[in-house]
Amino acid sequence: MTKRPVQFQLNGSPVAVFTDEGQNLLDLLRRGVGDLSPKFGCGQGTCGSCTVLVDGEPRLSCLTLAETVEGQSVETTNGLANGPDLHALQEAFMENFAAQCGYCTPGMLMAAKALLDRTPRPSREQVIEAISGNICRCTGYEPIIDAIMAASGQPVRRAG
Amino acid sequence: MSSVEFRKDLFADERDDNLQEIGKPTRRQDILGHVTGRSPYYDDHLFDGLLHMRCVRSPHHHARIRSIDTSQAERMPGVVRVVTARDVPNNLNTLLSLINFGKDEEKLIQDTKVAYVGEPVAAVIAETEGQARNACAAIRVDYEVLANVLDPEEALKPDAPVVNEVYPNNTFDYHDRYDHQKLRFGDVEKGFSEADHIVEGEYQMSPIEQAPIETCGAIAAPETNDRFVCYTSTQALFFSLGTTAKLLNMASSRLHFVGGTVGGGFGGKVDSIVEPLSVLGAVLTGRPVKFMWDRAEEMQVGAPRGAERWRIKDGVASDGRILARAFTGFFDAGAYTRLSSYAIIKCTGHIPGPYSIPNVASNVFCVFTNRTPATAMRGFGITGVDFAIECHMDKVAEAVGMNPIELRILNAYRDGDMKPHRRLAKNAALIECCQVASQKAGWPISADAARQSSLHGGGGDRAIIPESLTDSVGRIGERRTSSIPTEPGQGAPSKGRVAAGTQGVPIVAAAPQDEDMVGDPVRMGFRHAPSASPQTPGQPSRLAVPPATPAPQSIPSAPVSAQPPVPPPSAPPPAAPQPSATQAPQAPAETAPYKPEQPFSRGVKRPGVSRFLSGSRRR
Amino acid sequence: MVTVTTVDTLQEAAAGVGREAVYLGGGTLVMRGVNYGDQQISEIVRLRSQDSLRVIRSEGDRIVLGAAATMGDVLRSSDCAALHVVARQVGGPAVRNMATVGGNIFAPHPYGDFAVALLALDARLRMSDGSDLDLETLLAARGSERRLIESVSIMRPAGDDFRFRKVSRVKPKGVSLMSLAAWLPRRAGRIAGARIAYGAMAPTPVRIKAVEAALEGVSLDANSISGAIAAAAQGLNPPDDPLASGWYRTQVAPVHLKRLLLGEGGR
Repeated sequence: MTKRPVQFQLNGSPVAVFTDEGQNLLDLLRRGVGDLSPKFGCGQGTCGSCTVLVDGEPRLSCLTLAETVEGQSVETTNGLANGPDLHALQEAFMENFAAQCGYCTPGMLMAAKALLDRTPRPSREQVIEAISGNICRCTGYEPIIDAIMAASGQPVRRAG
Repeated sequence: MSSVEFRKDLFADERDDNLQEIGKPTRRQDILGHVTGRSPYYDDHLFDGLLHMRCVRSPHHHARIRSIDTSQAERMPGVVRVVTARDVPNNLNTLLSLINFGKDEEKLIQDTKVAYVGEPVAAVIAETEGQARNACAAIRVDYEVLANVLDPEEALKPDAPVVNEVYPNNTFDYHDRYDHQKLRFGDVEKGFSEADHIVEGEYQMSPIEQAPIETCGAIAAPETNDRFVCYTSTQALFFSLGTTAKLLNMASSRLHFVGGTVGGGFGGKVDSIVEPLSVLGAVLTGRPVKFMWDRAEEMQVGAPRGAERWRIKDGVASDGRILARAFTGFFDAGAYTRLSSYAIIKCTGHIPGPYSIPNVASNVFCVFTNRTPATAMRGFGITGVDFAIECHMDKVAEAVGMNPIELRILNAYRDGDMKPHRRLAKNAALIECCQVASQKAGWPISADAARQSSLHGGGGDRAIIPESLTDSVGRIGERRTSSIPTEPGQGAPSKGRVAAGTQGVPIVAAAPQDEDMVGDPVRMGFRHAPSASPQTPGQPSRLAVPPATPAPQSIPSAPVSAQPPVPPPSAPPPAAPQPSATQAPQAPAETAPYKPEQPFSRGVKRPGVSRFLSGSRRR
Repeated sequence: MVTVTTVDTLQEAAAGVGREAVYLGGGTLVMRGVNYGDQQISEIVRLRSQDSLRVIRSEGDRIVLGAAATMGDVLRSSDCAALHVVARQVGGPAVRNMATVGGNIFAPHPYGDFAVALLALDARLRMSDGSDLDLETLLAARGSERRLIESVSIMRPAGDDFRFRKVSRVKPKGVSLMSLAAWLPRRAGRIAGARIAYGAMAPTPVRIKAVEAALEGVSLDANSISGAIAAAAQGLNPPDDPLASGWYRTQVAPVHLKRLLLGEGGR
């Protein structure tokens, strides 16, 4: 099986690895690089749990041919925290009970980061749109939306 | 969450509000791992030389396997091993055999007949997942397609195809006697005859896939000391371990299972399919093997909450009191039992819903069809019938022209009421829920309904177990030879009557009324028959809680009722081992104390107890 | 095993596709196939850069979209304002940053909502061999098409002439039970030359000519469109899938067509 070299930035640091032909970015990140934060949920672009940022835009790593990220910048949940200092989104997810089983969380965080990087004070509707490609099955959308609103420094509007 | 409203005004004297944690928001202890992406799910364990396992699956609902040709696949690039049925040491199981409920009936890998779309017939272990997929595509299976049945009522007909040879009537055998689970409480026909309205309805639920975002899977690898480690998504670690030990005919002490971090389960990760396959792969190759479902498999072969069909018939007085309620229920178990048989036991314990109804009967069928086997899901055994019951309550409200919330308050359980499975209602709260719901929804209720309380008005006559009409219709095999009706009370004259009991201490046919489940006297060898009721006339009639130390009840070996009592819903199924005799110290042990013949090998060997259980259940 | 060939021009890529390779556009279809072991995919051909195929520009009364323009590109283009409502309903943000206009034309049932809109807007395709083809012709034989699409030219609809609805059972995002697009040019208040297209009602997006004919010369009000509503599902044999049966699709088609034409409850 042919291996191909690919170089890219992963969470700000250069990475050079070999990719198998036809390998997707999710598999390369997890098994090739050892960044286990993006998760496999469907392999077909419906669940969003493998969401990473490529050059700042959210992408589904399971549907991205690994060699196409040559020279690009990839961000994952693994790189969200700055050492011991968590990202505001991580703090807000902890504070607002925005994770139950935690499996969709890395994808949710990256989808939310893509939003806040461009729209620091989004409306609730914009938050809902931003995570509309990410599925949570532990019935947690409201706390997740709350957490993203909170991370943007806005009041959390809650039902009830 | 601030959206949770604590109604501390309700039942205030039943609760200590000076607790440090309970009742206060707190941070999950595992959430730091979740938000940093570092929580270790099973697939987050890296192994050098990891192999990938994939299954070849049946494209047919029902077909005989003529032959399986793996020769081409074995020569394909990256293929390390092709696995077929003959590689499985003990290739027949039923999930609940670990608690001695049901007969072994399902193969890990099929070799004779497939009974649902997606049933595995072979597996390939290869260096990459892609290579395993390609090799699976190259395995040729010659099928003789058979007639199939996809509807539970069709499956009950005499000419329906036999789905599962171990259960040739297409129904699970309940208590070695009936093709359905019975519940009899009072006399529904008498109740119907006294009613002003008869309200009937049919309700149906489709299968529901739990659809966890993490698909089911496991990674197994040889460890030192001749053991195998298995990282798994299971929701039932020791269940999966026991099942693996049984199917692979391997001492459980050779299995080191690691779980606990699960990417969503909801009941769909109990069935212990992926663990035996991955461990088998590690045994056959001597290398780490991952067996992981993709999303399509999760949806197609992942066992869902099964389909259910319910028919409910109510006899209702003009003032809205429900006098009798009869159920006919069909659980579509799919091709194999998994947990459907037990779901019905739980369901029957829930019937007739949270309502005090003096006459109740139900027949519930666990039916095999050529659909994906069904298993547990949230509200196991309860959710489907509850949907039917609550739809039906609205229909009853309409029939009698009543506010549906008031109808529920009128009929709701109150503390001390006798439930049809012979346990007293306690901590009832439906009335209060209805009252709060009516406020929140802006749906007014009468002043009288608003005054009601779960704490008052229960017990007394409502604590009595009525004389109950029984029948023996639907013995195993009977239905398929002479088409007999499925409804309770139809088809044959009544067999007998079970005498009434009083105030939570029934004379016969009552499950023990103890919070901690007094051990089943029959199984413990306890033969002491007389039961002295602690109740005397003139005592307060309402019993909020059962007597602290009830007299042990004898369950006759040939019950007056044709129907063994329904076990308490929280208890294991009937044949399950019960807690040790701490609550019946006078009970002599019938069998010799447990002495393992082979230490740490294949569990205990005691008559009537699964060999794969490693000890008695403690509470 | 899958091999991947990277080339510099669309023509080289088309030559690869002529040899049974599949072309990797945004990846949402091809990589899914690779991940799931699709035995039809053995060779992937891709362009080193698709940037030149991502351009969106105005050309008279038409808009030209490069075949590799993503749904995200469409949403960022003011020329395509009329299509924003369509692009926004394709997947979530991550899918929209990957899924391309050209790929959507080849997306199997029940996907391909964007192509439904293109079909209603009289899409004409510039192919990799320099020839032109209308979308309807390509869709009729898309399974055997070995050329690649370079760009898509569509009418720029005026005012509210263009309508789109995606019917799904999941909010905010789900797969189509049915999608409907209408281009309703009017002269003196009466429809002249309407184009109506459905998605998820046939193996490919289709024009509904019986409805188009019934709309000719009528005004857009409940009485006048009754003939079109009656013809809503005429001649269609929609597929059964896990979302809905074909029967259900034919039953609800008139309801959704009426809402589309009258602008009721639309998004």
